[in-house]
Amino acid sequence: MSVEAGRTPGQTHRTAYDEDTHARLAADAAQIIARYPQERSALLPMLHLVQAEDGYVSPRGIAFCAATLGISTAEVSAVATFYTQYKRHPNGEYTVGVCTNTLCAIMGGDAIWEHLSDELGIGHDETTDDGAITLERIECNAACDYAPVVMVNWEFFDNQTPESADELVGKLRAGEPVAPTRGAESVCSFKQMSRVLAGFPDGRADEGVGAGGPTVRGTVLARENGWEAPAFPGDEPSDAQQSTKPSSGPDASAATHTPKAGDEQSSAERPAATAADSSAAQQENKQASDEAKES
Amino acid sequence: MATTLAPVLTAHWDADRSWTLQTYEDNGGYRGLRRALNMQAPDVVTMVKDSGLRGRGGAGFPTGMKWGFLPAPDGGPRYLVVNADESEPGTCKDIPLMMASPQHLIEGVIITSYAIGCHHAFIYVRGEVLHVYRRLLRAVEEARAAGYVGTDILGSGYDLEITVHAGAGAYICGEETALLDSLEGLRGQPRLKPPFPAVAGLYARPTVVNNVESIASVPGIVVGGADWFKQMGTERSTGHGLFSLSGHVTNPGQYEAPLGITLRELLEMAGGMRGGRALKFWTPGGSSTPIFTAEHLDVPLDYESVGAAGSMLGTRALQIFDETTSVVRAVTRWTEFYKHESCGKCTPCREGTFWLAQVLQRIERGQGTSADIDLLLDLCDNILGRAFCALGDGATSPITSAVQYFREEFEAGCHTPADVLFPPERSALFDYRPRSGAQLAGAH
Repeated sequence: MSVEAGRTPGQTHRTAYDEDTHARLAADAAQIIARYPQERSALLPMLHLVQAEDGYVSPRGIAFCAATLGISTAEVSAVATFYTQYKRHPNGEYTVGVCTNTLCAIMGGDAIWEHLSDELGIGHDETTDDGAITLERIECNAACDYAPVVMVNWEFFDNQTPESADELVGKLRAGEPVAPTRGAESVCSFKQMSRVLAGFPDGRADEGVGAGGPTVRGTVLARENGWEAPAFPGDEPSDAQQSTKPSSGPDASAATHTPKAGDEQSSAERPAATAADSSAAQQENKQASDEAKES
Repeated sequence: MATTLAPVLTAHWDADRSWTLQTYEDNGGYRGLRRALNMQAPDVVTMVKDSGLRGRGGAGFPTGMKWGFLPAPDGGPRYLVVNADESEPGTCKDIPLMMASPQHLIEGVIITSYAIGCHHAFIYVRGEVLHVYRRLLRAVEEARAAGYVGTDILGSGYDLEITVHAGAGAYICGEETALLDSLEGLRGQPRLKPPFPAVAGLYARPTVVNNVESIASVPGIVVGGADWFKQMGTERSTGHGLFSLSGHVTNPGQYEAPLGITLRELLEMAGGMRGGRALKFWTPGGSSTPIFTAEHLDVPLDYESVGAAGSMLGTRALQIFDETTSVVRAVTRWTEFYKHESCGKCTPCREGTFWLAQVLQRIERGQGTSADIDLLLDLCDNILGRAFCALGDGATSPITSAVQYFREEFEAGCHTPADVLFPPERSALFDYRPRSGAQLAGAH
């Protein structure tokens, strides 16, 4: 195995995997590729796999992906540098991410960030000298009803304070296990996490809770008040039911309200709502008009 | 009687081991699939069309109609891709759904795939939710073991594979064509349209891309029928939806209700504003939807009413901020998010979000100039409608709406820092002493 100097002073990169490691990775890669109709789709999970091996997207990992998928190392690097979860230098054992997007920041995320950054003496995407913790400012992680949120190796630590976060990183640095609020019974290492993200289950899906308090708040409130959705036709309504209208049964004539794209009730006339969906509106608008032209 | 909650997807989220197939079936799960497999596929599409279900990921386009846009089968593959890349700031409904009840999604995927003639479906989940990914992988395993996934499903002769794919951190991949590029192993950048995914989507084949909650709503529609679904909601915004309350409310969380419920009703259910403080501003559907104020408390939260009031229903991510909150600070932070997440493909968004952040940061520091508000609005005008995808449009929404409702706060940014006008410790949920003169803006 050869070694070459990295761009960071004192850092070196191994330039190839030994034979056994390569064979193991090749077998894993073959499993990943088999999940997709086209092998290029395997690149994102393969980069997670590389991180599971090396703790970051290493030069030899990039070369491995390129050789396996028959693309250039430049093409692999282009992808690896686009996504924030792919690390360009060796990551700590634990990524500690403090949500500082607007809602969490205002609810206290900024204070948690200030505190952890001061305590650990590192900034965004920097790693403690002991290699335990890489600190990140993260964007919204879809847990706003638990704000402020901290993620450790992408497991949820809900409703944090500077003190709770301080205790958390203290345990992590001391090598003690920590348990997320909603997640597995303990946080796994960065490499173990990366292997799961490559699509190799670690058998821990049944650990932990199904939901936290805020997630089921409406569920519980509805039950307390006897609020239910309308019963399915043919199902016996339950005794608790109060607000349900009687089922009207199938009535096809009433069920034919189909908005046309471009009509006022279609989304095609509305401005885009989110990056996630707006293109659909444009798409159907165009298609509907194409169809209209054809018919 | 005021509108009440209507738990359908959420009905059993608090059950013991709610995420397992056993619990899901004990509560009526997979009846929809059995019924669908006894129907002709086009009839399933018609049923969903008739239900009026509209996309729950933000744009609200009729789901059944979207399915109907696929061209006639040509013998080649067609795909269903579930957009589980929930990343819109404030949006927190799909992730808890997949954590608590992933089988709801899996059953919806199977029914939808059957309806559109797909034999390989994909669930693209963001990579930053490890346990949700574990649960999804397990849910597919369990469904396969029960004969719901694989070959000859329940003896119907219908075959389906489901691949759960983890992303790697990029908001833009929630845009459906960027998601498809990402799923193909590329940088997640939006595609030029046309062609649209229905014609040339994944691997240039006909593809339906739907949001998690949309797909998870399908089994109920198939069991209950279109009319059952239409008993909930309004005439044009039918059915149930997850309303996610977060921020300065007493009891934040997920509230599943008929579309058309109001924030006033939801706030009452959530115990009101924290500490009895006054509501200042809120988003109806994530940070990309123009903000609302207390004057909008009675706007019915359906697609039409929210649109008529000047915003968008979006993802029903109700981020609620009280009177202690600096709107300048909130908007600046959202703008930094858009700058960070801009994919760089088109100039208006890449350059525009950068300059928006520069201007807002100096206003937040109290160092704005008298021309800055007009400059902000001019920048927004040069992004809105000129960007390659909706990310750029979304970046302008919080700014233009905040200037509309709170212009004086931006004007104050010419002389007074936001953290002097609105000390951040008053907004936080815990007591702390902020660093003096802390400037966090633009740290990454």
